[in-house]
Amino acid sequence: MENKNYHEDLSHIRSMMEKSSRFISLSGLSGVFAGLTALVGAAYVFWLFKKNRINYFDGKEIVFTKELIQQVFFTGIIVLIVAIFCGYFFTAKKSKKAGLKIWDKTTKRLLVNFAIPLFAGTLFCLALLYHGLFIFILPTTLIFYGLALVNASKYTLTDVQYLGYMEIGLGLISLFFLGWGFLFWIIGFGVLHIVYGLVMHKKYQ
Amino acid sequence: MISQLNKDFESRVRLGIMSVLMVNDWVDFNEMKNLLEVTDGNLASHSSALEKAEFIEIKKEFVGKKPKTSYRVTNSGRKAFEEHLSALEKLIKK
Repeated sequence: MENKNYHEDLSHIRSMMEKSSRFISLSGLSGVFAGLTALVGAAYVFWLFKKNRINYFDGKEIVFTKELIQQVFFTGIIVLIVAIFCGYFFTAKKSKKAGLKIWDKTTKRLLVNFAIPLFAGTLFCLALLYHGLFIFILPTTLIFYGLALVNASKYTLTDVQYLGYMEIGLGLISLFFLGWGFLFWIIGFGVLHIVYGLVMHKKYQ
Repeated sequence: MISQLNKDFESRVRLGIMSVLMVNDWVDFNEMKNLLEVTDGNLASHSSALEKAEFIEIKKEFVGKKPKTSYRVTNSGRKAFEEHLSALEKLIKK
């Protein structure tokens, strides 16, 4: 009888520890560099626009050639790869410094919870692309990315949650200003990442 | 053998508080409450008991106009909890 109680105590302790442990090695610098990468990518896209004699800021509807869409798409992919690599690099560095394993249960849980909304968002965007609804794609990426952050924040630093709310808000606002999605995207993925990265870097260093 | 079990950790809530703090830095009141699924009063009384035993530190600060309470485990708390865990383990292996 007594023995059973101790078993329960131990499993309670274990579950509390597992439920509450978070991935704390997330580096603020990851955010800063992801943001910088996004800004460089955006600058390149502006350059592409200019080369194709498109002036984004005159507010006219942009007619995309197939070639331009491909170029913008590849820029996006490269930005994504560089951002992920930077994220991994600085986080791994911080992990190592703190003597923590980078790949454990908390990391796995964090990534899974981050990936679920992101995966749904990717399919959603592919559907938009398929139907030729390009104008909705950028706001959608912001909203789903924000949802992914909010969802993952339970398993890492809570500040991530607020970044998520801001991305969602930004995405929703940009739905009402269609055609300016690119500007909102620059704010969301570039500026917010840099600002938040710096705040987190200062706070947790 | 039983004597090695720490009386201060007898309740589930206290075990929970200690477990959470073992794997975290500062944890605030609301987060702790949600994790342990207890009432405000329950958490407050158990956490102040742990503070009296000097197993945890309680920090009260103001965020804007709202008071915010956070908890952190002390070194002696960490040690006491680890000893309590090994005592539990031994009891079970018996």
